[in-house]
Amino acid sequence: MKPEQSLIFELSRPGRSAYSLPVCDVPEEEAIDSLIPAGLLRSEPVLLPEVSEVDVIRHYTALSRRNFGVDNGFYPLGSCTMKYNPKINEDVARFPGLAKIHPYQPEESIQGALELMYTLQKDLAALTGMDAVSLQPAAGAHGEWTGLMMIRAYHESRGEKRTKVIVPDSSHGTNPASAAAAGLETVTIPSNAKGMVDLEALKAAVGSDTAALMLTNPSTLGLFETQIVEIAEIVHEAGGLLYYDGANSNAIMGITRPGDMGFDVVHLNLHKTMSTPHGGGGPGAGPVGVKSILIPFLPQPTVVQNEDNSFSLNYGGPESIGRVKAFYGNFGILVRAYAYIRTYGPDGLREVSENAVLNANYMMHRLAPYFEIPYPGVCKHEFVMSGRNLKQYGVRTLDVAKRLLDFGYHPPTVYFPLTVEECMMIEPTETESKETLDGFIETMIRIVKEAQETPEIVINAPHTTEISRLDETQAARKPVLNCSCG
Amino acid sequence: MKHRYLPMTEQDRQEMMEAVGIQSMEELFIDIPQSVRYQGTMPMSEALDEYALLRHMKELADKNANFDTHASFLGAGIYDHHIPVVINHVISRSEFYTAYTPYQPEISQGELQAIFEFQSYICELTGMKVANASMYDGATAFAEAAVLAAGATKRKKLIVSRTVHPEARQVLATSAGAWGLEVVEIDYKDGVTDQAKLAEAIDGDTAAVLVQSPNFFGAIEDLGAIEPLIHSVKGLLVVSANPLALGVLETPGKLGADIVVGDAQPLGIPASLGGPTCGFFAVAEPLMRRMPGRIVGQTVDRNGKRGFVLTLQAREQHIRREKATSNICSNQALLALCASVYLSVMGKEGMREVGELNIRKSHYAAGKLGELTGAAPAFTAPFFNEFVLKLPEGSNVSEINSKLVKEGYLGGYDLGRDYPELAGHMLVAVTEKRSKSEIDQFATVLEGCL
Repeated sequence: MKPEQSLIFELSRPGRSAYSLPVCDVPEEEAIDSLIPAGLLRSEPVLLPEVSEVDVIRHYTALSRRNFGVDNGFYPLGSCTMKYNPKINEDVARFPGLAKIHPYQPEESIQGALELMYTLQKDLAALTGMDAVSLQPAAGAHGEWTGLMMIRAYHESRGEKRTKVIVPDSSHGTNPASAAAAGLETVTIPSNAKGMVDLEALKAAVGSDTAALMLTNPSTLGLFETQIVEIAEIVHEAGGLLYYDGANSNAIMGITRPGDMGFDVVHLNLHKTMSTPHGGGGPGAGPVGVKSILIPFLPQPTVVQNEDNSFSLNYGGPESIGRVKAFYGNFGILVRAYAYIRTYGPDGLREVSENAVLNANYMMHRLAPYFEIPYPGVCKHEFVMSGRNLKQYGVRTLDVAKRLLDFGYHPPTVYFPLTVEECMMIEPTETESKETLDGFIETMIRIVKEAQETPEIVINAPHTTEISRLDETQAARKPVLNCSCG
Repeated sequence: MKHRYLPMTEQDRQEMMEAVGIQSMEELFIDIPQSVRYQGTMPMSEALDEYALLRHMKELADKNANFDTHASFLGAGIYDHHIPVVINHVISRSEFYTAYTPYQPEISQGELQAIFEFQSYICELTGMKVANASMYDGATAFAEAAVLAAGATKRKKLIVSRTVHPEARQVLATSAGAWGLEVVEIDYKDGVTDQAKLAEAIDGDTAAVLVQSPNFFGAIEDLGAIEPLIHSVKGLLVVSANPLALGVLETPGKLGADIVVGDAQPLGIPASLGGPTCGFFAVAEPLMRRMPGRIVGQTVDRNGKRGFVLTLQAREQHIRREKATSNICSNQALLALCASVYLSVMGKEGMREVGELNIRKSHYAAGKLGELTGAAPAFTAPFFNEFVLKLPEGSNVSEINSKLVKEGYLGGYDLGRDYPELAGHMLVAVTEKRSKSEIDQFATVLEGCL
């Protein structure tokens, strides 16, 4: 067993340092407390580790080796679109003219940045079939909240009090949480036997208090809502708007667009569909597209092109919902997404989605003999299957996930959606080869055999990782949330 | 031409279609009604080859003045600090940047430990007991702090100083509207929150007082004097802080803050036109289970070995849905890593030294620029690395800044944008990067632009 990984604080030795600062070339005769009253200064020094530069590099390199990213291997985490993160995007985002620029520089000195944002707004509007796009939101959930705030403002501008947001039971947890944060109430409706929105339940749920229906399409089950046109009609007839959760957009680029399906607002997760890296949990970007009726409510600011072809920030009119984030969104992520779009172009993006969908269907068909597929037929970019056939051997879906770690795979999303028992949600993405998919499929088949013949191997997995299963109950009951080394 | 990110060959495609039992790709999309199918080519930017894309991006980049081409005296929330070289090497390790949120702890110990160390660093800097894994930015962290305070106190009135960053106040206004909270703004006096007006505004309905220190004008607020005003009515004190300043300034925790938020951009994060940066969020222990966002905790594995997991998840959207403490999911983990590496590099001595450098250089600059004909420091309150310079009567700061850009400088923020009474006032930031000669030359060039 490998020894425990030290905390950076545990490496500290008084007198070591890793920093090199510019010299002090201004007068320094005066004591600091003659410039700032002593009462405002720290009474005790800040207790940070004292380490050398080599210590820093070795420490973080050691941590990185205890982490698994897309570059390490297959990462079929459903609804997260763990596709390859192109390296050119990383390089261009680091160009000094894009990385070392200040949001408050005179507009004439950031024309290249504004041009990039303006073009990206237009490209994303074309991709989603929307009339305008705001690049402000920092993540998908932030985009949801922004979109719902616009929907709320729209209804209020018409003198209507609409407070209910309808979501299917298979929706992402962020949907109801975003509704609550926008001061709206959630109404959850059941899916039908085919995993689709139950039209009768929807009809019963809509009314004069309906603000919006939030829908992920394809859904978290990987299924396209075949009745989307009827759904849109029902909601619109009741006076509500349709919100498109773009988490699963990787399935539909160039094939169908939320705007054409009848959605009024859409967010895209650039850190999913547009290949920007997830960064171990962020930063993402969640631009929001809207139909023309919602343009007055867009958050501030957006980028506009002037008559002389220069670009400016536009702070919008009185109906804008206001500001949702400091400055202009996660610009560094927007740069990467723009480079991605320019790498593929519109036809290339369509090929991306086609390949993502074929990969998912191929895996579903090959795994179907070994797992229960609750919704057979065609799936889109991802599919769900149930591991409940393994329960008879005492093996749970969580055990299968942990066993996959021993074979060098990141497991699928598990136990979501909540509507499928012992659920596994698999999203291969388009950047994986057939050999990679076959390797994973063979491994899954092997794990099924193990579950039948030697279940303890699966139940006690993982066996090869740095660390075995962790006591999450203890972590929550007696929280140790910092090292208190200071 | 085969696309370089798409490994599927024509033969693969045929074999896979056969396995699925379809004759054409079209069959995979039969579930999408024809009426909503997109026909033709979307009107988007065209594809470029790798070399053409590099050139195109370089062209866009070269249209922007940047910190390499211009000496920056611009701050107002985003600062041009020296970024230690090792940071980019660490965050360029793709095990970090190509990973998702650490849902599988056995293969995510690196990220989880990095977050745990980040939380520890934030606690040490702020003097607070508990910190989360990060927020989108300082402004959204500020708004979330207000919402938390309202929830914890079951009160709806928030008192915010006008010396808080205008954009943080704007984000708060958006959030407060959604939650039905009342926001009362308190004016400033000599560059800091007017304590008499603050005392007058606080009452038994006040959920929290929210201040920033160093504030938007760079001035250091007297937190020790504000604290008893709000705690006497059992409201909460929320402080937005510059984490770089906390290497030398007294911690808000020690001065009685209940929630401390801010933006970690000064800690080794590129300016990037203002994003992505990294919000931080720290609270006193009683508020722990009300915190938004991811939190990492220490625990043990089956062999008793120390390890780290995402914890207290009963607060979060994927468990609690509409009852979650926040809707935040993705945060800014990679930038939190930047901040952690920065703090590891700087250490105890470096954080003190960089803080003192900022104080000395900005004070030198304040003296120098204050000597310009018709100009003077606007306030006398103590400041960290940023101060307000009153320019001669009738000066137009935005026009001056346009002239300065042509001379190779990014001038200070035009305060007239947000404070009509401060038209003709420039908010000047001076970090450790500015040399004496740059400051002297800036003074000369600025004088020429007046």
